[in-house]
Amino acid sequence: MISASLIRAPELSLRWIPVWRRNLLVWRKLAIAAVLGNIADPLLYMLALGYGIGSFVPEVGGMKYIAFIGTGMVCQSAMFTSSFEAMYSAFSRMHVQRTWEAIINAPLSLDDVMLAEWIWAATKSVISVMAILAVVLLLGFGHSWLAIWVLPLGFIVGLTFGAFGLVMNSLAPGYDFFTYFFTLVLTPMLLLSGVFFPVEQMPAALRGVAQVLPLSHAIDIARPLLSGRVPDGIPLHIAVLLGYAFAAYYVALVLTRRRLLK
Amino acid sequence: MQGQGGDDVVLAVAGLRKSYGDNEVLRGLDFAIRRGECFGLLGPNGAGKTTTLRCCLGLTDPNAGTITLVGEPVPKAAREARVRVGVVPQMDNLDPDFTVVENLRIYGRYFSIPAAILSERIPRLLDFAGLANKGNASIRTLSGGMKRRLTLGRALINDPELLILDEPTTGLDPQARHLIWDGLRQLLSQGKTILLTTHFMDEAERLCSRLAVIDHGRMIASDAPRALIAAHVEPEVVEVYGDEARQWADARGRTLADRMELAGETAFCYAKDAAPLLNDLSRQNGVRYLHRSANLEDLFIKLTGRELRD
Repeated sequence: MISASLIRAPELSLRWIPVWRRNLLVWRKLAIAAVLGNIADPLLYMLALGYGIGSFVPEVGGMKYIAFIGTGMVCQSAMFTSSFEAMYSAFSRMHVQRTWEAIINAPLSLDDVMLAEWIWAATKSVISVMAILAVVLLLGFGHSWLAIWVLPLGFIVGLTFGAFGLVMNSLAPGYDFFTYFFTLVLTPMLLLSGVFFPVEQMPAALRGVAQVLPLSHAIDIARPLLSGRVPDGIPLHIAVLLGYAFAAYYVALVLTRRRLLK
Repeated sequence: MQGQGGDDVVLAVAGLRKSYGDNEVLRGLDFAIRRGECFGLLGPNGAGKTTTLRCCLGLTDPNAGTITLVGEPVPKAAREARVRVGVVPQMDNLDPDFTVVENLRIYGRYFSIPAAILSERIPRLLDFAGLANKGNASIRTLSGGMKRRLTLGRALINDPELLILDEPTTGLDPQARHLIWDGLRQLLSQGKTILLTTHFMDEAERLCSRLAVIDHGRMIASDAPRALIAAHVEPEVVEVYGDEARQWADARGRTLADRMELAGETAFCYAKDAAPLLNDLSRQNGVRYLHRSANLEDLFIKLTGRELRD
């Protein structure tokens, strides 16, 4: 049963800021461990695959393989960071610690909390992209001012996958539920979007699938930026990412209202 | 009871109805809380207490009825109303990632209270909660009683006109409960208004100036505790138990008491004058008994029955 109050338009106000600040404060307490965690995984992939496979395939799409995979890692890290934040961490705050319940007893609404969580997930993506970008620069790639633009891109990717994560969160009976999202969405996304090898290598059918995957649109922007070129078709790529983001956010909001405001 | 919207009415609820599917949880509830009083909502589990509070705070839309909270219509202006209301939830939801002081400060920010005012209020709230030397302690190191006191302190961060408490002492040991009660009495003496739900009759009797018993989503009685007892229950009670209690109850108790109820091995005899009962019991072997005056628990059991709820 879906009532009018569940499907009403999202409330937009600046009341999300204190909730976002709360999350930032918690993050700051464990910032070093968090940033190391952000870097470790992608860094290992980058070094192992970059130098390992890179020794067989010196160049991919006109880039050194390690640089190729470095740009993939920037995008995958934005994807994983926001997904994790909007699923595991948001679920802890919503269900386990009942932090959201405390907040909506104050003069904030559930819409304010959701907006804060969404923007926070995207903020975490930016933080992780910043960390990986530093590594990529230290390894001697992406030396161009254009590279800075992957930070706002990270924010947009964070909005997309943060919204997906919030949809999962609104339906989750427990933490185990999130495994479905990893197996059915994130892993295929990672393998089919051109993180490890160019999409052009794949059969036509899979190339078609890649066209509709948000991560491949992020990679189409990030890869030229990190090799010092202005990407083609920016408006389309951004429109796809934001289209997914806003649609998923609205679904997440309706489902979360149904879950908590009954 | 006073009409809606009067100056001294802090919360007015009229004709409140709420259903989940076929399950009618609230079936037309009316009550009003006046400034400065402590109003208790009593009822067995599942009676609709928590749903009533959720509706009053605008967290659940009722199917019918009107709610006016600190002068604001709810749910329409629920957020505006919550600026001037404090809430102690049934289950602790303090922020485990923060210290005691951080919990208060961050909660204050949700009300947009300026930092300077928070810095001035927080030490007073710590004193009130008996946590003055625990300001930098992590929430995880606090006992259950300390957490409850901090939750109560947190609910006062906005200096609310109405304090709403959902079963404030459930799960606490007697020492911790008494501390919470002392705190609440202190607030009442400062003129605060309190709405609390409970299923502890001693809690209601100690704190509430007026209370409502609700069951199956309806109010079945509402008045001052003593007046309710006087109106619904015989003033004296003799509880009879022991090996021969049932036999005695069937043979003698039923005729000597104005009203008698059997619960397990105990006979509850209610009477205007307990002298004949006591006289008879003093000559019996194999029974023990306790003579006392009627209390809220007797009223509650009479109104809501003895069968178990969950």
